[in-house]
Amino acid sequence: MEAIGQQFFNLAIMERALPLLLMGLRQTIVICLIVIPLGLAGGLAFALLSRTSLSPVRWAAVVAIDFFRAVPPLVLLIFVYSGLPFAGLRPSPFAAVGIAFLLNTSSYYGEIYRAGIESIGLGQWDAARSTGLTLSQTLAYVVLPQAMRNVLPDLVSNTVEVVKLTSIASVVALPELLYSADMARSVTFNSSPLVLAAAIYLIMLWPIVRLVSRLERRIAT
Amino acid sequence: MDRGFGFLDAFFKWELIERYFPTIMQGMAVTIEIAAAVVLTGISLGLLLAVARSFRVLPASALIVLFADIFRALPPLVLVLLVYFGLPNVGINLPSFAVLWLVLSLVLAAFCEEIFWAGILSVPKGQWEAARSTGLGFLGTLIYVVLPQALRLTVPPITNRTIAITKNTALGTVIGVGEILNQATTAQSFSGNATPLMMGAIAYVMLFIPVVALGRFLETRFSWRRA
Repeated sequence: MEAIGQQFFNLAIMERALPLLLMGLRQTIVICLIVIPLGLAGGLAFALLSRTSLSPVRWAAVVAIDFFRAVPPLVLLIFVYSGLPFAGLRPSPFAAVGIAFLLNTSSYYGEIYRAGIESIGLGQWDAARSTGLTLSQTLAYVVLPQAMRNVLPDLVSNTVEVVKLTSIASVVALPELLYSADMARSVTFNSSPLVLAAAIYLIMLWPIVRLVSRLERRIAT
Repeated sequence: MDRGFGFLDAFFKWELIERYFPTIMQGMAVTIEIAAAVVLTGISLGLLLAVARSFRVLPASALIVLFADIFRALPPLVLVLLVYFGLPNVGINLPSFAVLWLVLSLVLAAFCEEIFWAGILSVPKGQWEAARSTGLGFLGTLIYVVLPQALRLTVPPITNRTIAITKNTALGTVIGVGEILNQATTAQSFSGNATPLMMGAIAYVMLFIPVVALGRFLETRFSWRRA
């Protein structure tokens, strides 16, 4: 018991590691603030492209969505970070993380939007068009608001996944929360900084996880 | 140096494909083994926990919810590092593949418990009451009446979650599990060429595209009826 306390809940070490971890947390938040809004926008683009009447574009969008959902994000990240230099491009860790996460996140959001749009009956489209709304007005004022409501739990839960995803940026040495904690761990030979990082992730994400459960249950019943 | 050789030489060099094909295949076998083990233990543990929760014994339910919340909120890589570096210091030594299996199973179980529980809740109370009034016991009602209806609804979300979590087997590379990504990055640094990375990516796509397509099919086949 004593050993577990020393090894995982050493307050003195946590206190020393805290400033470093808070710097990492800032980096984590910066990544989220870039990837989540751009991913939501990119996802909408993916979803709309996967429903256009132009079949080559439609197929390309569906293939892209499936491809980036099939490749584990860590594989994509390492491919961008250490593969692209062989093609003459040298992305910084931050740029590599941005590119890889955007591709991954957009395709997940894209699939969610797509399911949402498909959940809206064709009658809604016909009715809206017959009142004189154009195609884009129908989409913006009639279909998307209802579609978003239907898939809200999935959008929120995917956003939790994006925040959790940022932790793998540590693999390419981007000093975000987990990287900082792991650095503190390797310096102190003690797991307490990792426990502290876990606590920070929990404080950020637990309320949202609860919210997702509640939203999902409301729709299920 | 990068400009010196062309795109094909950097990403699709034939002799490297030949040389590293067996290595990548080996990685693929490891990935499949761990993924299968995770799917098996994760889903069964999740179902077990959801069933346990349906007995509605307060302290047990609270613990299950706590477990599910924590393992859904924490990034898997944090858990992997915590278990891998933390346990040896308290005298428990697990091989790295066991660490990966353990962590991913627990994460999958947490998500599955929530999904199964939502499924169980979605079965109307009348079904419980009708079954009980025919003389079925609590477990009989659960097994013969409630679960068959509940599980049907949970097929698409369980499939999607399972795919997402088995993809996390790639995290094993960080702690040295010899799965696809690990073999590919090792081969890449030995050969100084991106071909093995490309092979690794292709291996993942071949493994997961059919599963992703299956997930989409199940989604339409068993779709929740939403208003």
